Amino acid sequence: MNRVGNQTPDETPPKLADVNRDVIRTLTETTPLYWWTFGIAVMVAVLCFTLPWAYQLVTGIGVAGMNRPVIWGSYISCFIFWIGLSHSGTLLSAVLHITGSQWRKAIYRSAEAMTLFSLVVAVIFVLVHVGRPWFVYWTIPYPNQRELWPNFRSPLLFDVTAITTYMTASATFLFVGSIPDFAAARDGTIGWRHSMYRVLSLGWRGTQKEWKHLGWAYTFFAVLVIPLAVSVHSIVSWDLALSIVPGFHQTIFAPYFVVGAIYSGTAGIVTVMYFLRKYYHLERYILPSHFDKLGRLLLVLSLLWTYINIVELTTGWFSHHSFELEFIDYRLTGAWAPIYWSMIAFCAVLPLSLISSRVRTNLNVMLVLSIFINAGMLFERFIIITTSLPRKYLPNTWADYAPTWVEYSIMLGSLAIFVTLFLIFVKIVPSMSIYEVKEELLHNAKHQQENKP
Amino acid sequence: MTLLQEKWRAYRTPGYYTKYDYAWRLVVDLDSCTGCGACVVACQAENNLPIVGERAFQEKRDMKWLRIERYWEGEYPDIKMRFLPMMCQHCDQAPCETVCPVAATYHNQDGLNVQVYNRCVGTRSCAAYCPYEVRYFNWFSASWEAPLEQQLNPEVSIREKGVMEKCTFCVQRIRQAKDEAKDEGRRVQEDDFTTACAQSCPSKALHFGDANDPQSAVSQLAKNPRAYHVLSELNTEPSVTYLARGKAMESAS
Ligand code: SF4
Repeated sequence: MNRVGNQTPDETPPKLADVNRDVIRTLTETTPLYWWTFGIAVMVAVLCFTLPWAYQLVTGIGVAGMNRPVIWGSYISCFIFWIGLSHSGTLLSAVLHITGSQWRKAIYRSAEAMTLFSLVVAVIFVLVHVGRPWFVYWTIPYPNQRELWPNFRSPLLFDVTAITTYMTASATFLFVGSIPDFAAARDGTIGWRHSMYRVLSLGWRGTQKEWKHLGWAYTFFAVLVIPLAVSVHSIVSWDLALSIVPGFHQTIFAPYFVVGAIYSGTAGIVTVMYFLRKYYHLERYILPSHFDKLGRLLLVLSLLWTYINIVELTTGWFSHHSFELEFIDYRLTGAWAPIYWSMIAFCAVLPLSLISSRVRTNLNVMLVLSIFINAGMLFERFIIITTSLPRKYLPNTWADYAPTWVEYSIMLGSLAIFVTLFLIFVKIVPSMSIYEVKEELLHNAKHQQENKP
Repeated sequence: MTLLQEKWRAYRTPGYYTKYDYAWRLVVDLDSCTGCGACVVACQAENNLPIVGERAFQEKRDMKWLRIERYWEGEYPDIKMRFLPMMCQHCDQAPCETVCPVAATYHNQDGLNVQVYNRCVGTRSCAAYCPYEVRYFNWFSASWEAPLEQQLNPEVSIREKGVMEKCTFCVQRIRQAKDEAKDEGRRVQEDDFTTACAQSCPSKALHFGDANDPQSAVSQLAKNPRAYHVLSELNTEPSVTYLARGKAMESAS
């Protein structure tokens, strides 16, 4: 087995044959570390997610900490968080594809997979959130004998529509982009894997015509996915913004949520890239310069996010409306103030360090930063829900909210579900685009030849 | 156009019930309200509200379709207590109705904001959207201890866990009165029936009736200069009108 790449990371460009081998190796070779992680992830998912949820289903949703004014709680916060994380994956990949960036090629497959699995987890949170999940299909406009339709005025219905569309589009985008790689994997594997990839590759032979169609289809989906990704989190924000609750009812919410979503999504990509690089020995493909570029993007997004946060507070403050002032007071000094201020520290202050290129190219620092940013973004989702609802209009009903162990456990379990899905994915789909990395290598080689005197 | 077609079309425009059917309204006279809580108990008995216990009460998960909010005014010793009976306001422009994805809560032809328990999937968004906090969620399935289940009202269904509920203006009584009136070929009269809360109020602070009938008590009282709506700046157009405490009562108390 060629492990030269491990000892001399970063600089030596790989050969074409190495690319196939390296990537297919990630599919067929399974280290004990993988099995351990996988086993632990599955165990955590069962223990921390399935069992508490079953308990909640049997007993009633009252086992969570929500009460009357704070009728939404951690489940909705996590739902928004995971939808947010799903951004950037597909969005970043599509934008970079259209602008013809070369460096996306090593990472985009994992980024898209992240999108898909975050969406899956988000949908799971919808099921956890509602009181009667067994009837949740009523929100879908399906033909039925009673001629009952869902309520088309409801932002929640917009949500269902947006998320299902986004999920379908990003799954298709991911699949279309993987077809040539499935074919490569088909040719490089034997046994059950071979049969599986034969089906997945849709009989791809690599003719000129097929490549042309693929390029067409791929660009088509890339263009389609960008407005979808922007719209999906705007629509999620309308769940809140279309109400008349102080703290929800803000026109800034749609851009606020989209920026927040791209922010946390980009940070999520940095985290995933770090682990892929480290545990799949992809040092030759995922370079520190990629982290550097993502670091710049994060810096811009953090500044935008800070700006929107200031706008959000000042519009409430300038309104001079006693309900708005009460809610701002609660947010800045109430029961959730420590979370609020740590959110500011994680998402607005810490990322300012990205201004230095030493920080951006130091991968360990980037990993820590990206995790902090996502923790901050999770806090943000909480803050929006848990500091607005407790201070609604009638002071007689004001109350605080604190999550219970069931909610904490389900949160942890959902992370384990995400990791499990991702671990299954990296064993089935080549986690790096074989053909595009090769393309890039050829391109670079040609370039070097041209530059030679 | 047949009458049916006309009605059908009229039902799709806001304010249709001012022309057809009834417009049920409640008037709360704060001059008369003593905060005794008889209406709360009556509502509990009439509508099969579960008894949640002390712990749930402290967790803010009490079930009272009608509650008496207490507000204090001034500093001790010069302190005054104010009562504000609060129930679903049956808003004409109800924020809770637009948000329900399955249309489990909607406006009916009587101007009532109705809640269909069987259709509810429990997203709880209606409660988040309602500015009056009068929607109550069934966090657990309710149960009644041995003799208590005997006193349940057979006209009202028992709600399952995961379902939202709220004041219905005693819709079961409205239905019954309308049925009886229909059999006799007339409109529902002022004294045919009233809601459980209005029936039980010892100081007659609550008045229930049809605002489409200009002679009814609610139509008359709504003209009172003391009349106001809670949170009227939100433009929810509530069906519940409050009569503010008059100056004379202020100095007497
Ligand atoms: S008071 Fe609340 S629950 Fe009742 S109609 Fe208005 S918004 Fe809906």
